Amino acid sequence: MEAVLFFLAAIGALGGAIGVVAMRNPFYSVLALIVHLFSLAVLFLLLTSAFVAAAQVVVYAGAVMVLYVFVVAYVGGAGESAWEPIPGQRFLAPLLAIALFVELSIAVLSSALLALGTHGPDVPAGFGDPAAIGRLMLEKFLVPFEASSILLLLAAVGAIVLAGRKREGEAA
Amino acid sequence: MNIAWYIVLSALLFTTGAVGILVRRSPMVILLCLELMLNAGNLALVAFSRMVGNQQGQVFAIVVMVIAACEVVVGLGLIVALFRRKLPLDVDDLRELRG
Repeated sequence: MEAVLFFLAAIGALGGAIGVVAMRNPFYSVLALIVHLFSLAVLFLLLTSAFVAAAQVVVYAGAVMVLYVFVVAYVGGAGESAWEPIPGQRFLAPLLAIALFVELSIAVLSSALLALGTHGPDVPAGFGDPAAIGRLMLEKFLVPFEASSILLLLAAVGAIVLAGRKREGEAA
Repeated sequence: MNIAWYIVLSALLFTTGAVGILVRRSPMVILLCLELMLNAGNLALVAFSRMVGNQQGQVFAIVVMVIAACEVVVGLGLIVALFRRKLPLDVDDLRELRG
């Protein structure tokens, strides 16, 4: 059962990823990314991390993707000639990608991490649920938590400055 | 399922995102491919956290999500600013900063 779910979610995630790369229309790319994100949430659930899965669906597939859809609708995706790369790029990119994948696989699978071949240890019932993660964030990782909240605020202010209306006298 | 499966899947997703960044030219799709790569990293973090039986990797993954959200906000703000200034939305044309 777990294997079936894993492979279904893996196919969804991989298909979504390939869809993001291959679709010409950015709107379809965004939709493919949503499929990818939902499949990843299933994988996170299989890894007993309920809170990360919920955050994935709510924050990513919900909020961030709405932002993307708005911007795609505002900018419009027409007239893009995505598959006319620099000469040789079309052949070099997959070659480099295969090399990268082989390298990553070798690095991980030939490492001395014996636990890679296991399911991981048995964990207590509350592993990865919101209570446990919240306790970790507010006790052990309080400073990174606050730092990331400040970062979010800075990003929001920066985006307003970047995308806001031009003021008078500003060079175009 | 063994943890190794998740790690290999994560490597595959990362590779797909890297191909997208190399091949696509629309800055918006490049941002989407960056999301793919960050999510592949997240999957690896959560898989390793399960392998060790420790929840700290999941906090890492959540922080990565925050970073990704910031990156999206700033990136999309840049795209909207480019669009407002009638600049081409094509990374091959936007190369004035290239050395």
